Amino acid sequence: MFNAARSMGEWTLAVLETLGRASVFLAQTLLGMGAAVRRFSLVIKQVYASGVRTLSIVLVSGLFVGMVLALQGYNTLVQFGAEESLGVVVALTLVRELGPVVAGLLFAGRAGSALTAEIGLMKSTEQLSGLEMMAVDPFQRIFAPRLLAGFLALPMLAAMFTAVGVLGGHLVAVDLLSVDAGVFWSRMQGAVGFYTDVLSGLLKAVVFGFVVTWIAIFEGWDCVPTPEGVANATTRTVVKSSLAVLGLDFVMTAVMFTV
Amino acid sequence: MSDPNSTLVKIRDLHFSRGSKAIFKGLSADVPRGKVTTILGPSGTGKTTLLKLIGGQEKPRSGRIEVDGEHVAGLSRKNLFSLRKKMGMLFQSGALLTDLTVFDNVAFPLREHTELPESLIHKLVLMRLHAVGLRGARDLMPAELSGGMARRAALARALVMDPMMILYDEPFTGQDPISMGVLLELISTVNKALGLTSLIVSHDLGEALSISDHVIVISAGVVVESGSPDQLHNSESAWVQQFLNGRPDGPVPFQLSAPNYAEDLASDEERLSV
Repeated sequence: MFNAARSMGEWTLAVLETLGRASVFLAQTLLGMGAAVRRFSLVIKQVYASGVRTLSIVLVSGLFVGMVLALQGYNTLVQFGAEESLGVVVALTLVRELGPVVAGLLFAGRAGSALTAEIGLMKSTEQLSGLEMMAVDPFQRIFAPRLLAGFLALPMLAAMFTAVGVLGGHLVAVDLLSVDAGVFWSRMQGAVGFYTDVLSGLLKAVVFGFVVTWIAIFEGWDCVPTPEGVANATTRTVVKSSLAVLGLDFVMTAVMFTV
Repeated sequence: MSDPNSTLVKIRDLHFSRGSKAIFKGLSADVPRGKVTTILGPSGTGKTTLLKLIGGQEKPRSGRIEVDGEHVAGLSRKNLFSLRKKMGMLFQSGALLTDLTVFDNVAFPLREHTELPESLIHKLVLMRLHAVGLRGARDLMPAELSGGMARRAALARALVMDPMMILYDEPFTGQDPISMGVLLELISTVNKALGLTSLIVSHDLGEALSISDHVIVISAGVVVESGSPDQLHNSESAWVQQFLNGRPDGPVPFQLSAPNYAEDLASDEERLSV
């Protein structure tokens, strides 16, 4: 009993300490944002590395998710004679939830893990210390451009995931299940609001992009500089950022769609 | 103009701990300007940590390190970076940026800190690469270089901003004889030709002493001897003699402190019989 309480206490202290370090790290990175904006070419390079290279997996996943949504939705809706609403179901699910969430999870797995491994290896090969000794601030030169790039890349990826998902849904609904194309698009157009649905979905993606990238670069910077340490940090990035995406999604959905 | 015989790095009563382990316990030393100084000591005595303290990457618990008259631990981040622009550091691994070519690595400090036109950067980089014999490797990536070449490229990068001092972290470790000879020649020549101050930490005795003007030997957190290489060879300290001659036993015992050998063996028998 005593040991359990002590373990709980130690665990709580360790979590608080990590949160404190992550917050200081974030503050220092945000202070370096001005320099990153002035040298926007560094940000563009990172948008390519973390965004463009995640594009193929996002597009393929979006297509299949949209197709599955249409198939499942049709099976339910047809029982009530409401299959014309299939476009609405597919679009709202993708725009509000699955677009930002699944793109966020894929981004965490593909780009987040790569960011942690890259920064962890820079630490273990003394490249970060080398930059410091060359009077180059790693927060301005390495971390801030990556954070800004994640912040910009994920909303674009989520938008593309959603667009391709809707096309996948159209493919199944109209070409496979013979739902009327005009009804599919017009019901969707009537039900999906720009401010209530599209912008709230994009806002989620912005928050997820920021949090996933923050976790990824912090874990790389904070890792034990050994092969095992980098591997553990990469795993922690995927686990923590995936949980953060799902947890934040619940909180943001509760705030945006119920209040 | 600074006095050529003055002290560039002054360390006084330095205390530093990592966790509960005390690394330095009141270490004091001087690094003379314009000379090659080597800090010697067994593995794990904190030689690399000392370089990090001089470069301001670590902060001492107490004590004072002055570089060119500036109290390193008391500097703001901006002033620390200004001081670091006057220092070059050669890391054990080279610490080249792995996504840049050798040329871009050497050009990196110039592009970060100056507004020089690319045509001039091109000339300056080629001059530094020529000095270390790697002009022909300008387009190679760091992964394509041998360990010795990576250190030479890193030396070119450390020299490109014309620093007043270069810190070398174990420059001779893991080098073949030819690479070792090249590095020794380079460190010595560069120091004389450019009027630098070089501070080397190493445990490669013969190599380090052959090019050093001044030697500082540290052990157990303090300086045990300092002076010229000749003075070191004539040292009366049993510890220094054991270190210089590589004797397996002496003031540094072969056996780590442990319980009585016979009792230890007997206790194991008792444990197994239970």
